[in-house]
Amino acid sequence: MTLVDLLQFAGNALLQNRRRSALSLVGVSIGVVAVVSLTAIGEGGIRFVADQFSSLGASVVIIAPGRNETTGGIPRGIGGIPNDLTLRDSIILERRIQSVRHSVPISVSTDTISFGQRSRNVPIIGATSDFQRLQKLEVASGQFLPEGEADRGDSVVVLGHTVAKELFAAGNPLGMTVRIGGWRMRVIGVLAMRGTQLGMQVDESVFIAVATSMRMANRSSVSRIMLELYPKADPDRAIEQVKKLLIERHDEEDFTCISQDAVLESLSSIIRTIALAIVGIAAISLAVAGIGIMNVMLVSVSERSAEVGLLKAIGATRRQILGVFLVEAATLSMLGGLLGLAAGTGLVLLGNQLYPAVDAATPIWAIVAVMILSLGTGVGFGVLPAWRAANLDPVAALQGH
Amino acid sequence: MIEVEDLWRTYEMGGHALHALRGVNEVIEDGSHVAIMGPSGSGKSTLLNLLGCLDSPTRGQYKLAGQDVAELSGDALAEIRLHRIGFIFQSFHLVPRLTALQNVELPMIFAGLHPGERRERAEVALVSVDLADRAGHRPNELSGGQKQRVAIARATVMGPGLLLADEPTGNLDSRTGAQVLDLLGRLHDEGRTLVVVTHDPGVARRADRVLVLRDGEIVRRVSGDEVTDLGSLFSSVEDADKVSEQAVQKVGR
Repeated sequence: MTLVDLLQFAGNALLQNRRRSALSLVGVSIGVVAVVSLTAIGEGGIRFVADQFSSLGASVVIIAPGRNETTGGIPRGIGGIPNDLTLRDSIILERRIQSVRHSVPISVSTDTISFGQRSRNVPIIGATSDFQRLQKLEVASGQFLPEGEADRGDSVVVLGHTVAKELFAAGNPLGMTVRIGGWRMRVIGVLAMRGTQLGMQVDESVFIAVATSMRMANRSSVSRIMLELYPKADPDRAIEQVKKLLIERHDEEDFTCISQDAVLESLSSIIRTIALAIVGIAAISLAVAGIGIMNVMLVSVSERSAEVGLLKAIGATRRQILGVFLVEAATLSMLGGLLGLAAGTGLVLLGNQLYPAVDAATPIWAIVAVMILSLGTGVGFGVLPAWRAANLDPVAALQGH
Repeated sequence: MIEVEDLWRTYEMGGHALHALRGVNEVIEDGSHVAIMGPSGSGKSTLLNLLGCLDSPTRGQYKLAGQDVAELSGDALAEIRLHRIGFIFQSFHLVPRLTALQNVELPMIFAGLHPGERRERAEVALVSVDLADRAGHRPNELSGGQKQRVAIARATVMGPGLLLADEPTGNLDSRTGAQVLDLLGRLHDEGRTLVVVTHDPGVARRADRVLVLRDGEIVRRVSGDEVTDLGSLFSSVEDADKVSEQAVQKVGR
C-alpha cells in the first residue's frame, strides 16, 4: 500500500463527511493563521527597528550627557556639577580621533515657529550639515544647513515637510523669513516627506545650525554628539578612544557612549522575545485544534467500524489500518495548515497594505515550523483513534459494534 | 483442505461463559461445497468466522492446508485472508463512498498491486459478474443483487481458493438470490471450496454436504439432496435427545 493509495483513500473518506472535515480543518487553520501572522509582525517589528538604525548610517556612536547608572550605589556628582557635552568636545573628538569621520553635535529644544498669522509649536533640532547624510534626510527644495564649523551660527532654517505645508500651504517658503521664538530666520530649504522615524518626527521638526540653537536657548551644552565612524573602523575601539579623551577633558566619566549596533541588538532581542512568547500562546491553539481532530477521528472510527471490519476481512493488516487512519488525520491537519498558511499570508499582506511602515513578513523558519507542527498535530492526535481502529475485533466490527 | 478438531469458542458474558461452539470436528476437502445450517445462535457464523481466520478458537485446532493457524501471527493471518479466503456477507459490506470498481480494487490496494494492474483486474472481475456497465456506480446506485455481485467480484479478485459466504441471499429476493447462487455455483465449479451459512433450505440443497448446527455442535451431516425442509432437519429424534440432555446438564450445574 503506497502513500498515494493512502492519501486517495483518506481523501475519499474525508470527502464523505465534508462539513465535519471542514470544521476540524478550520480549527487547525486558526492556529496556523495566528502563528503565521504573529511571527510576521514580530519579524516586521525587528526589521522596522533595524531599518531605523541603518538609516543612521553605517557605524554611528552616540554620546549622551550623564552616566547611565544601573548598578545603584552612591550617586555621582555630589559636590560637583558634571560637565555637559559641549561644542568644543564635538570639534575635538572629530579632530583627535582618527576613526571619526564626522562629529555632529545636536541640540534639541522646542519653540514656536510662526509666519504671518500661522504659528506652530515644533521641535527645533540644532545640528550641522553632516546631519543630513547621517540621517539620510532628503531635501525637496532648496538646501540643507550650509557646510562649515559647528560653532558657526547663521540665521537660516530648514523646514520639515509638514511644518512647511502648514505654515505656507501651497506657497513657496524658500527665501521667506519666519520667526522662531524671538528670532527671525530665513528659510533655505524644505525636506521631503519622511514618515515616522524612531525617536524623531522629521516631518514635524525644523533644523537650524547647532550654534544658533544653543544661543536661542541660552545653553552652553549640546544634547547629543553623534559620531560617524569611517566604514572600516572598529566601533568598540572607537568608543574606548572617545571615552579616554572625554574623561581626560571632563576629569570623570559623566557621559554615556553607546554604539548603534548595541542598541539595535538589545531592542531586537526584546522584540523577538515578546514575539516568541505570543507565538507560543498561538501554538497552544494548534494543540486545541489537535484535540478537535482526535475527536473527529474517534467519531469517524466508531461510525466506520463496519468498514474497518471489512478491511480486516479482505486482508488489511493492523499496520495498514493504522496507516489509513493516521494518514486521514494527517491529511486533515495538513490541509488545515495549508489553508491557515494561505489565510495568514493574506492577512499579513493586507496588514502591510494598511500599515506600510511595518514591513511584516512571516520568516521561512516559522512557515516550516508551523507546517511541521500542524502535520505533527494530526499524526500525534491521530494515533489514539487509529490505534483503536487497528485493534478493533473484526467480527464485532463487521456487525457495527 | 480444512481440518477442524474439537473446536470451542467461548465468550465471557457478564461473568459467565457462553459457549458458541462446543467441540466441532470437521474436515472439508478442497473443492467441496458445504452448507452450514441451524437456528439462530447455533454457532453458524462463529464457525464461519473461525474458518475465515477472523476469530480464533478458545480451544481446539484449526488446520488450513496443513498449517495450524493458531501458530500464525496477526500479519500472517491477514495475508491468508488477503490471498486465500474470500468473504461474502449478507449485508454486502461495500464501502459506500467508493464506486463498484474501487470496491473491487480494495483488496489489491492492501496487496500492494500497481494501480494499472489493479484497475485491469477489477474490470475483469466486474465483467465476470456481469457488471461491467456499473463500474462507476456507487453502492447506493446499485440494486441488492448488483451489490452482492460486486462483493463477490471483490471476494474473488485476489484468486482465493476458499469462499466463505454468510447468508449471501439473506437480503435478496428469490430471483436475484438465485442469480447470486448461480454465480457462487459457477465459482465452485471452477474449483473453489465454497462454505455457505444459510437458513434457506433452497440454498443448502445446492451443497454437496450440509452441516446442521445446534447449540454449538454439529448435530447432523446430510447431503444436499436430503434437505427437504427445515422441519425434517431440526426436529429429528436424535436432535431432541440432545436438547434434553443439555437441559439435564444445565440443571446439574
